[in-house]
Amino acid sequence: MPTGPLYPLTPHPLEIRVLTRRFGTPNSASIDTYLADGGYQTFLKARQMTPEAIIEELKTSALRGRGGAGFPTGLKWSFVPRASPKPKYIVVNADESEPGTCKDRLLMEYDPHQLIEGMMIAAHTMSSHKGYIYIRGEYRYLVESMNVAIEEAYAKGWLGKNIQGTGFDFDCYTHSGAGAYECGEETALLDSLEGKRGIPRMKPPFPAVAGAWASPTLLNNVETFSAVVPIIRDGGAKFLSYGIPKAGGTRLLCVSGHVNKPGVYEVPLGLNMMTFINECAGGVWKGRKLKAVVPGGSSCPILKADECDVNMDYDSIAKIGSMMGSGGMVVLDETTDMVQFALRIMKFYQHESCGWCIPCREGTTWLKKLLQRYHDGMGQESDIDLINELATNMLGRTFCALGDAAALPTISIVTKFRDEFVDYLSKPSMRELVGIH
Amino acid sequence: MTFSTALEQRFTKMLAAYPEGKIRSAVVPMLIYAQDEVGSITEELILEVAKRCGVERLKVDEVVGYYSMLHRQPMGKYHVQVCTNISCLLVGGLELYEHCSKKLGLGHKQVAADGIFSLEEVECMGACSWAPAMQINYDFHHNVSPEQLDGLLDGIRKATKS
Repeated sequence: MPTGPLYPLTPHPLEIRVLTRRFGTPNSASIDTYLADGGYQTFLKARQMTPEAIIEELKTSALRGRGGAGFPTGLKWSFVPRASPKPKYIVVNADESEPGTCKDRLLMEYDPHQLIEGMMIAAHTMSSHKGYIYIRGEYRYLVESMNVAIEEAYAKGWLGKNIQGTGFDFDCYTHSGAGAYECGEETALLDSLEGKRGIPRMKPPFPAVAGAWASPTLLNNVETFSAVVPIIRDGGAKFLSYGIPKAGGTRLLCVSGHVNKPGVYEVPLGLNMMTFINECAGGVWKGRKLKAVVPGGSSCPILKADECDVNMDYDSIAKIGSMMGSGGMVVLDETTDMVQFALRIMKFYQHESCGWCIPCREGTTWLKKLLQRYHDGMGQESDIDLINELATNMLGRTFCALGDAAALPTISIVTKFRDEFVDYLSKPSMRELVGIH
Repeated sequence: MTFSTALEQRFTKMLAAYPEGKIRSAVVPMLIYAQDEVGSITEELILEVAKRCGVERLKVDEVVGYYSMLHRQPMGKYHVQVCTNISCLLVGGLELYEHCSKKLGLGHKQVAADGIFSLEEVECMGACSWAPAMQINYDFHHNVSPEQLDGLLDGIRKATKS
């Protein structure tokens, strides 16, 4: 098991390291390294700017949420009622749990102060004085290392009361989850932050108006908050220029599966997917052919190899019926068993369904049963249509996006790989036959 | 119920982190940190967390039932968690889990009689680009081959015997 940094030491020529520019610097996580690289100066710059000017800068950058939904960040920030007499909170979604996604881990491990500074800029914008970083329980080492970074920032006067004599107060805390994918959904995360089961809330009201403890809350992903720093530092136009007009900047893409060089790469939005797979990720492994790509985490509809000559930006991928999601790209070679793949995805969503609403709870359970039966060699051709119909019936009928996240990849797999599902029936099953259970 | 000094300090800090009157927020982190020390979520611990966070017992109990990392029964001293989700599945995660299961003689969520090891097939742990991946307690192990897994487990077994 090789040790060492979890990113390529030498950036690939196609990479533009904006958020990850300190990756590779010795002790990149320490506040001294951060301060030596102009760290926390952007917060001071932001202090001289009005909230409107900051939000305008974000809008200019065309930054869109990096957690999965891709909502325009400037717009989200503008929804928080800044004049509200209630306290306002900054909450970081560090519950990175979408299968295929492992980028926020790196931003917290190697550049925690950039995240804290992003939160501070948000806090200044919203007149907020408290921020929480909700970190999934499995990332315990990051809870501890973020705590170290927070303590460093307090010790050097970059957190706490009257930060650097600016008259601004901000406190920052970590909060550990305890194993629940659903807590990545923003309202479920807020319930979890309040000490409850992570169950999604009815919207509206949106978290911007009534979020944590019924107060206005700005909730963004780790990468989104981290991106705020270079945007305010260098200007929204500069960040925009890395990407394409409607989707500014760079993205951290985590590529996994059947490629020669899996890893996390910061690339400009709009980069061609095949170029990324062949260049950065080193191409499909073992000299095999590409079969399919899950472009942005397991909830995204799968793309067949012939659909992958596409530019990686929100709109281009949406046009071919999928999503950029959370940046977790999973590459499948020609040998991949699609029945097993579909089953594994559904097993996950069934396990993670919070059980609050029936279409999701029952839908994922029955889909898993059907796929398991199919996988175990007891399926029939009509099951393919049944799976498709059941999943389609879940779409848009669940309380939160988990139902769609389970249904979308399933529909795409049984539709695009129907032939393979049919062929599967004629294969003598090597598996022990088990009934539906 | 009392905990180690370090944990008590952590709890004191934690209870001060949330807005006034909102200490219920500490329920989940308090449970998971306490579990690490106590070994599992016992009835006594549930009552203690309820008391410290100012909520009824049931409000803690229902949380324990929800989060997958909270266990009512003690896991092994070394809780081996192998990911078999898609990124790991594609590069041998399932085989790694099965190998581990055979080697330890344990199934999903089973604990060895001597309490040293327990095994769990887990969902995505956020190590997709370094698959197949596993965690032993909170420590990540990346790009694990069955041989490396053997080495890891044998090393632990040897260390616990001496």
